[in-house]
Amino acid sequence: METLGFMLAALSPFNLLLAVAGVAAGIIIGSLPGLSATMAVAVLVPVTFGMPTESALILLGAIYTGAIYGGSYAAILVNTPGTPSAIATTFDGYPMARRGDGDLAVTLSTLSSVIGGLVGGLALFCLAPLLALVALKFGPVEYFWLAIFGLTLISSLSEGSTLKGFIGAGIGLLLSTVGVAVVGGDTRYTFGSQFLLGGVETISALIGLYCIPVLIELVATPSEHLKPPEASRGVRFREGVTLMFRGKWNALRSAIIGTIVAILPGAGGSIASLVSYSEARRASPRSEQFGKGEPDGIIATETANNATVGGGFIPTFVLGIPGTPPDAVILGALLVQGFRTGPEMFTTNASVTYTFMGGLLVATVLMLPIGLLIGRYAFKSIVSVPKAILVPTIAFMTIIGTYAIRNNPFDVVVMVVLGVAGWLLARWGIKPSPIVLGLILGPIAEQGFVQGYLMGNATGSVAGVFFGRPLSLGIIALTVLFALYPLWSARRKRTQGEVVAHEQST
Amino acid sequence: MRQRNTIHAFLKAASAMAAALLFSTTLQAQESQFPERDVQYIIPFGPGGESDISARLQQKYFQQITGNQLIIQYMAGGGGAVGWSQLNEMDGDGYTIMGTNLPHIILQPMQQGAGYQTEDIENFIFFHYSPDALLVANDSPYKTLDDFIAAAKKTPGAVTVSGSGTYSANDIANQRFEALADITTTYIPFKGTGASVAALLGDQVQAEWGYTTTAANHSDKMRPLAVATDERHPLFPDVPTFKELGYDMTGGAYRGIAVPRSTPEDVTRKLSEIFSDINANPEFRKSMEALGFVLIDEDVDQVEDFLAEQQRQYQRVAERMEAGQ
Repeated sequence: METLGFMLAALSPFNLLLAVAGVAAGIIIGSLPGLSATMAVAVLVPVTFGMPTESALILLGAIYTGAIYGGSYAAILVNTPGTPSAIATTFDGYPMARRGDGDLAVTLSTLSSVIGGLVGGLALFCLAPLLALVALKFGPVEYFWLAIFGLTLISSLSEGSTLKGFIGAGIGLLLSTVGVAVVGGDTRYTFGSQFLLGGVETISALIGLYCIPVLIELVATPSEHLKPPEASRGVRFREGVTLMFRGKWNALRSAIIGTIVAILPGAGGSIASLVSYSEARRASPRSEQFGKGEPDGIIATETANNATVGGGFIPTFVLGIPGTPPDAVILGALLVQGFRTGPEMFTTNASVTYTFMGGLLVATVLMLPIGLLIGRYAFKSIVSVPKAILVPTIAFMTIIGTYAIRNNPFDVVVMVVLGVAGWLLARWGIKPSPIVLGLILGPIAEQGFVQGYLMGNATGSVAGVFFGRPLSLGIIALTVLFALYPLWSARRKRTQGEVVAHEQST
Repeated sequence: MRQRNTIHAFLKAASAMAAALLFSTTLQAQESQFPERDVQYIIPFGPGGESDISARLQQKYFQQITGNQLIIQYMAGGGGAVGWSQLNEMDGDGYTIMGTNLPHIILQPMQQGAGYQTEDIENFIFFHYSPDALLVANDSPYKTLDDFIAAAKKTPGAVTVSGSGTYSANDIANQRFEALADITTTYIPFKGTGASVAALLGDQVQAEWGYTTTAANHSDKMRPLAVATDERHPLFPDVPTFKELGYDMTGGAYRGIAVPRSTPEDVTRKLSEIFSDINANPEFRKSMEALGFVLIDEDVDQVEDFLAEQQRQYQRVAERMEAGQ
């Protein structure tokens, strides 16, 4: 009961005001390509120093959750994931927007984000200490296998040729080796330039690979960017709710996947949303429609990535190990306030912790009205602004956004080069998603492998380390299953094709 | 008429005096009232790390002392090298300063392609360090440093130790201690302290090279076997120093601040005074020490000797590492 009292403290006028302001600011920052959740949180940390700890946390948590959701606007409306966790949202969100359903896509993303955020927040509230133990079971070897598992998703994600998907992933893996290696400390592929020491920044690569081709197409073709809606028809809320209801199991499953993956520090939202997406596609009776504007695709990725917010706080609070980059910033702010993580958070400091959790849930619910309002405005302005203004504005934003990530002008060069290269590669059927997947998973796989190898040498059995642990064996089994599933389902379709066709027509 | 003249002369003299007074005060102001506006403090890492936390703590006192803001910006990449290699091209007016770290700025230039030399970095202060500490999980069978050494001697290379990065403070600490205690362990580098802690708490490794700050943050789950300070750390009165146990090892990750080379000397000196004043604030000291840091005050006059001594030490370890490869 005491806990509930603490949670209700989140409803004080000041805390409510912070939650509203935080969510609104987060949505706007997150929707701009390049301005990430991490940056939104970092910029506002000094503002929170004068506040009570729980209010500071509520503000930062609200901004974080708003920014993760806001990232879906850019993904849906301009095919540019505002954050890595919105990559998979582009798959169906952008096709929906192109055919004139952008408003519905934004509404769906809002509903999904709220549901995902609530599941993640409740997991944080009820199961935090228990779930934190899961994070510790994951050693270097498990991370290695997890990255390999992520790479097999390429086979299910690449439209058309699987081979071209693997070529794209290879390019991504190669790009991920640029810079100073974390393990080993070698300087690789920098060609003597100190600007390349920091490697290829993931978000600048995202902006380049996804956004620049859209800009080029916009300029090269006379047609309008998005098909405008026939008439003013609100936010199509009812339609969205109906679709959500149809996809309820998909939403629940994706939220659970999102929560669990987020508990693993370093794996984060991008893997969570990709895994839920491919799982939703596998389980769906309309799997053919995925990638062509299937509402279930948005539901899967957006519930998953907002579930990572609550999930990521679990290792942050219980173990003091940040689950995601924004969590690292929030943890730093806590330390500056003289606040310790660990068991104390649930005993002596329980009032702060539970008030914050209450605030996070409140902020998540507030995202529904605020999100629908801002989303409608964002959709309208992108649809109604003439191309001659839209293209330069987006181009300007991509440059500012890329520069702002690390204050490094060279990142802008990398972004533009990758953008043009991405446009050319897409013409040959090599899509950006496998490239980005390779870029994100490459370092995880490399570090896990070298660390596992060193551990193996120390114990005298490298094979024992890589294949001798139950958890790794589980991931290996999943990998094999996912890699073989497309072959199996293709074969099944061939034999049962007529039956399925018959069932669907009835 | 005459009276009027006198008044006129008096007014003239008075206004001249006032002008002179005004002039001299503005002159004085220019000399002593740096900074007149906000100062950009660039941290060459991402937000949330120890360098960021230290800067955030300095922020408040900087404003108290100068009345101006200290604005923190991040320029992450290459373990700090991306920022340091661009430092001297920035405006040298004192309004741009950059955090510096040891051993980074000594070890990185020893390798190829860091884009700067140690001598290029114009440090004006080193204000604290995170002392090295050898950490084990609470339920570890190693109760003392001797237990750890005995295990490592029994089967050389079988004891695994996690740490953050290669050629980093943790890696160096491991190398130094291996040489001093004449043991061989397997050092496993992780990306950042968080991952390195997770490896220790998850029983992936048997020990971790971290800092007193790491031990302070996770005091419920891990304990230091020894710390690399001159005297026992106030947070860990029962934990011996390496020195006490006969291993001549003090140090860790030092943090300082540098300016672009073109910055005028008086401005640099003023900056050094400001940050020394911050370091002297009792409230500031208390919050720093509670996090596990040890404050030092190597200001603009001492920083050269301090760096030279550190450089000698790291050079020795680096030679040993090269030889071992």
